[in-house]
Amino acid sequence: MSFETAGYQLAPVLPELVLAVGAMALLMLGAYRGQGTTRTVTLLAVVLLIVVGALVYMQPAGKQATFGGSFIVDDFARFMKILALIGSAVTLILSTEFLSDPSRRIFEYSILVLLSTLGMMVLISAGDLISLYLGLELMSLALYVVAASNRDNAKSTEAGLKYFVLGALSSGMLLYGASLIYGFTGTVSFTGIAAAATVSNVGLVFGLVFLLVGLCFKVSAVPFHMWTPDVYEGAPTPVTAFFASAPKVAALAVFTRVTLTAFPGILSQWQQILVFVSIASMALGSFAAIGQTNIKRLMAYSSIGHMGFALVGLASGTVEGAQGVLMYIVIYVAMTLGSFSIILAMKRNGQAVEQISDFAGLSRTNPLLAFMFAMLLFSLAGIPPLAGFFAKWYVFVAAIKANLFTLAVIGVLTSVVGAYYYLAIVKTMYFDEPAGQVDPVRIEVRTVLAVAGLFNILFALFAGPVVSVASAAAKSLF
Amino acid sequence: MTTWPILSVTTFLPLVGALIVYLSRGDDEAARRNSRWIALWTTLITFAVSVILVMRFDPSNPDFQFVEKANWLATGITYHMGVDGISLPLVILTTAVMPFCIIASWKAITSRVREYMMAFLILETLMIGTFSALDLVLFYLFFEGGLIPMFLIIGVWGGPRRVYASFKFFLYTLLGSVLMLLAIMALYWNGGTTDIPTLMHTAVPRSLQTWAWLAFFASFAVKMPMWPVHTWLPDAHVEAPTAGSVVLAAILLKMGGYGFLRFSLPMFPLASHDFAPLIFTLSAIAIIYTSLVALMQEDMKKLIAYSSVAHMGFVTMGIFAGTMQGVAGGVFQMISHGIVSGALFLCVGVVYDRLHTREIAAYGGLVNRMPLYAMTFMVFTMANVGLPGTSGFVGEFMTLLGTFKVSIPTAFFASFGVILSAAYALWLYRKVVFGALVKPSLMSMKDLTLRECVILFPMIALTILFGVYPKPVLDMSAASVQQLVNNYNTAVTAVKAAALLQ
Repeated sequence: MSFETAGYQLAPVLPELVLAVGAMALLMLGAYRGQGTTRTVTLLAVVLLIVVGALVYMQPAGKQATFGGSFIVDDFARFMKILALIGSAVTLILSTEFLSDPSRRIFEYSILVLLSTLGMMVLISAGDLISLYLGLELMSLALYVVAASNRDNAKSTEAGLKYFVLGALSSGMLLYGASLIYGFTGTVSFTGIAAAATVSNVGLVFGLVFLLVGLCFKVSAVPFHMWTPDVYEGAPTPVTAFFASAPKVAALAVFTRVTLTAFPGILSQWQQILVFVSIASMALGSFAAIGQTNIKRLMAYSSIGHMGFALVGLASGTVEGAQGVLMYIVIYVAMTLGSFSIILAMKRNGQAVEQISDFAGLSRTNPLLAFMFAMLLFSLAGIPPLAGFFAKWYVFVAAIKANLFTLAVIGVLTSVVGAYYYLAIVKTMYFDEPAGQVDPVRIEVRTVLAVAGLFNILFALFAGPVVSVASAAAKSLF
Repeated sequence: MTTWPILSVTTFLPLVGALIVYLSRGDDEAARRNSRWIALWTTLITFAVSVILVMRFDPSNPDFQFVEKANWLATGITYHMGVDGISLPLVILTTAVMPFCIIASWKAITSRVREYMMAFLILETLMIGTFSALDLVLFYLFFEGGLIPMFLIIGVWGGPRRVYASFKFFLYTLLGSVLMLLAIMALYWNGGTTDIPTLMHTAVPRSLQTWAWLAFFASFAVKMPMWPVHTWLPDAHVEAPTAGSVVLAAILLKMGGYGFLRFSLPMFPLASHDFAPLIFTLSAIAIIYTSLVALMQEDMKKLIAYSSVAHMGFVTMGIFAGTMQGVAGGVFQMISHGIVSGALFLCVGVVYDRLHTREIAAYGGLVNRMPLYAMTFMVFTMANVGLPGTSGFVGEFMTLLGTFKVSIPTAFFASFGVILSAAYALWLYRKVVFGALVKPSLMSMKDLTLRECVILFPMIALTILFGVYPKPVLDMSAASVQQLVNNYNTAVTAVKAAALLQ
């Protein structure tokens, strides 16, 4: 048997190879030319991500597997990869200002983002528990360092350390779960597990629970969310934007793939867990955010809540549910990147301001910024005709079809509670007296904001094609 | 048939106007005047286009007309628009009231005029869309989308307690609506589509009917508003600027009644029949209780707000009577109340603009200084009471008549509302207009200006016209109402017959 026919082609991993080699090359460039190359490296990293995205896009449709089935490329994987690449590229663009400060000229930042993205791509394509763990660790290790990239800032260092300690704990749990699953099914590949796990036995469920704990930690679902507010607040804002977008895509993708392709036989077992986790996340995300005064902390709770909503789709365990997750994550990424570009744009006299009270009267000092943020906030609250409504529609419609009525009712009620704190920010911007001028917004931030904002406002016009693509991607899992 | 999408043009013209207002930059007096004129012309042209709708409308056809359909989201969710005899009067009401709102805000709004006009124009698009959407998702989009501009209108240009009122308005309505959203999803899986005409002919299982009816009820009862979920309305009315109150009373409240007519009765006839006693009870309580509450008000706007709740009680009562007179009366009452309550809020706005208070006690003897105003206010007060010869009488009489056939106790208690409304409305009128002119602040009050006459006189004409000659509205809706009532009664009697056979 030749090497080719044994299922070890390299074509499906071409984008990953290009990304890995490109990251190495950029590392060499930075290492030999010194910190002065930070700007060039960042720029080239963005180009590299775009190239990789194009390569992923050009891969043939349909399912391909390589490395003996441990690496899968299907429509679902390509959809999620492009989304993660967009998230990474946009955060790199948003980071240019942060990196232009003389004290923070660290070219390694972009390299770490690239490597983390590589981890995400492996994670999204994982076809067995080994490549899952490999991708997860590559992604997370790079993230730990990026969180602490503002070296002279105690809060940033604390955020990195906290993230690392808790992340290591969750990795351990995930590994323990994986070993139990291997022990009780005799295989690590998802298809093999699916074939073996037709009836639930205690050992297998035990392993499943630990595996899900690890994944819940990565998507910051309650009760494994504790790190999120601190890390979001402590990390530099572009890094927070990164944490809130691309890694969430990857983690949610692998969450979806593991539950739907490896454990379809014991759906009722993990469905209970997911129902609980999503209710808890939605409730905590809504209620805990009310008291926040720091906008980044508020966004942390908001993202916890949003992950809860996305998991509503997954909990239904159907193809509609998977489609709901895909729709949710696309729209979530757009809303998140838009909101963070506004947080980055909020500067007074060169100083970033992060308190919600700093937004007071923004509608008069900078009407366009205020309007965009208001639309993003209404969208996050799920008010039609903005994009966020469609995200909620697709996850809840799946839940209703799966007869998860309690989940759906609690979900929409928490979204009303959530609407309260989003409205409170709109109120601050529109009803309160101005708190002073804001600095002119940098061009790259403005561009990101314009794209994300228009996507969000006009989503209803081009929702059809997005739905079709998401539906095709969801079907490729089944 | 039409060659251009006339209904979509009517719906989205105000949005185009809002874009033009946005593009006219600047914040000086000239820019403000520009945005006022652009907004006025946009609403006038929209009204003109909607008049074409009326002229081309075929009142003998009970089905949807001016239908437009286009692909939108995959899997059974389309862009589907159309109007029938129930929705067309409400569309016309919307397009007709909006120019008055813009003129009423001409002098009263001086800060952030551009944003104000944009908010109103966007709101108009969303309101027309709500009445003409023939797809549940599309309907929900317009229905809920209206919350955003209204929230801003109350919150930015409102009175002292505007923040509280705007939050209460937004969250209250949202809470009701999200439950309806879940019911829409359940209907989607039941029928495989969210197309409203298709769903009207899709059988809904009895248990789903009950739950879906309750979910839709949660939304429309809040919007209507029905007792006991009406408490957001007085706050929103009092704090909103005059034009905001007018839109709220004249159009936004009608969305609840329209929802009952469009969804609850045709899609869940059995549940509607089962729950009719509940609606009757709530309506009767609303009519009597809120009329009594209105008697105790010291704020003019609050009094009219409570009287709105009472009048909406007649509408719900008539709709769920399920008889021809009741439903047609409900539709007519909605149109009539749209004109009369809108005009009453404008009347309050007239004196508020001069004295900047809505306290009833601050006024008295206005007839001496403002004879024209006294006459205008009197016509609308009488219409609010339901004096024969005004449009208010026709609606109340027909709903009472229709209800009498179904539930005599409800009609009995509801008729107390007519007496009580006379009590509070005449009391308000006496306090404000009659009496001696002794308060020094009132001495320099000027009578209606030309601008105010332009707003109020057409409304007087309509009130009296529809009072003595209600045929235009009744004819327009007759065929659709007849079909609705027939389908409803067929469904109910079929089940009764089946129950008897067992």
